Amino acid sequence: MTLGPGLRALQVGLRLLVLAIIGFILLPSVVVSIAAFSDRAILTFPPTGFSWRWFEKALTYEDFQQGVRNGAIVMLLASSIALVIGTGAAMAIDRYRFRGRALLQAMLLSPLVVPHFTVGLGFLILAAQIGMARTYTLVVACHVVLVLPFVLRSVTVSLRNLDGRLEQAAASLGASPRRVLFTVTLPLLAPGLAGGWLFAAILSFNEFTASLFVTAQRTQTLPVAMYNYVREYADPSMAALSAIYIAVTALLLVLANRFLGLGRILGVEHGR
Amino acid sequence: MGKRPFLGWFVTPGALCALGFAAAMAAVLQYAFRAHIPGSLEVGGFTWANFEGMLRPLYATVFLQTVWLCALTAFFSLLLGYPLAHALVHARSTAWKSVLLVVAVTPLFLGEVVRTYSWLTVLGNSGFVNGALLWLGLIDGPIQFMFTRFGVALALVHVTLPVMVIMLAAALSHIDRDYERAAHSLGAGPVRSFLTVTLPLSMPGILAGTGTAFAWTFSAFATPQIIGGGRVNMVSNLVYQLGFSSFNFPFAASLSIVGLALTAAVLGLLRIGTMRLERVGT
Repeated sequence: MTLGPGLRALQVGLRLLVLAIIGFILLPSVVVSIAAFSDRAILTFPPTGFSWRWFEKALTYEDFQQGVRNGAIVMLLASSIALVIGTGAAMAIDRYRFRGRALLQAMLLSPLVVPHFTVGLGFLILAAQIGMARTYTLVVACHVVLVLPFVLRSVTVSLRNLDGRLEQAAASLGASPRRVLFTVTLPLLAPGLAGGWLFAAILSFNEFTASLFVTAQRTQTLPVAMYNYVREYADPSMAALSAIYIAVTALLLVLANRFLGLGRILGVEHGR
Repeated sequence: MGKRPFLGWFVTPGALCALGFAAAMAAVLQYAFRAHIPGSLEVGGFTWANFEGMLRPLYATVFLQTVWLCALTAFFSLLLGYPLAHALVHARSTAWKSVLLVVAVTPLFLGEVVRTYSWLTVLGNSGFVNGALLWLGLIDGPIQFMFTRFGVALALVHVTLPVMVIMLAAALSHIDRDYERAAHSLGAGPVRSFLTVTLPLSMPGILAGTGTAFAWTFSAFATPQIIGGGRVNMVSNLVYQLGFSSFNFPFAASLSIVGLALTAAVLGLLRIGTMRLERVGT
């Protein structure tokens, strides 16, 4: 097909627009990463010199270390529990018809649109009402509810892409439902389960607003520690930590894309 | 259908989880109608006072400002998200597609604090933008972006954009390419086939994305708190202040409930819009 000069210009314009949008998305990450190597205690642009000292300070700051430990505990528990709950619920909701199915689906997906401060406030009040302190259990419970929609989505997408004939073949050859589930269905779902778990883990580790409500000094996760730091200090330690965050997250997503197919997990791409 | 193996095993944990969440929401609802006893964490009896208190100009203004910021953010993330989602779905090379995808979704997984702090280094008085403009000699003194509604809105669009892109790309990838090809073969140019085929068919995605962006922005806390610095407040900031500075949890709960009702109303309206569209389609 031949394009007129007007269309050609339009196409170039659109491409430039997309590049500009990518620039807008990347700008803060790039700027904060540059600021992380600043040699001065206050942020200035352009930077006056180069130093690693803020990385050193960020990595040895006790609240951050504690935040990483707490965050890791909460993340591992919450995303694993959410994976088990979410896989079961996704199977039932996608394949079976039962009473309360629509209600269950709506309830499990609703944390996507309920503001996180409301979720956090709710769990805080609930804990107070049943006389529970602000323990890890509370934080984990809150995170499970918040990351479950993402697991549900990821597992549902994989279920839809699964070739049902393989299960039928196994069943017709005499495998019990239990055997079909554990030797056919779950292994075939593995990439979707891994993707769902990874998303849940990253989101839990980074969840902030609800965590601010439900964590105490002893259980505060990394984002809460970072928020408290930003409120008190202005040195580039936070920039250094942000740079590490950005690098690790980007790396995880590139790997997830390579091995699990990010587009398919997110449902923005189809086919096998 | 017939057999439903393991139904109970599959559903029970999810149902318990849903129940826990419902209990937490019920707790908020219940607190919203209780009286606040100053200086105490205990709550008093039933009252409408919390909702009446919300009509005071201070709180009404914050509500209006929040809704305005949410609408603005949803609109601009749609404007920026659509070209990106379109490019993502229509990318010809896999490498370019992967780059677009990773760039578009990475911010979603960074969390609000890191992203907001990064904007601080961009927008601050000695930040990137002001540094660059001063260095170029375009301005004499720093432009104030921090603590302004513009700065907050800019960072909010950045926070909301990935979700918008994912929802739009999901909708766009579901559109059968044959419709676009048919439009082409019938003589429509790319612009016309976009405006009369692709855009109308992606309308459900646009509505869903806008609704989610609205709700997502309503949920934002760190961005207005850090970039707004107490001068640009959203409902989330008030709820936190009321809870943790004044220990007035009943009032915080009532603000949350009204916020939730507002979000539900916006999502409901958009849902009605989507249903209308689907009826036109059949």
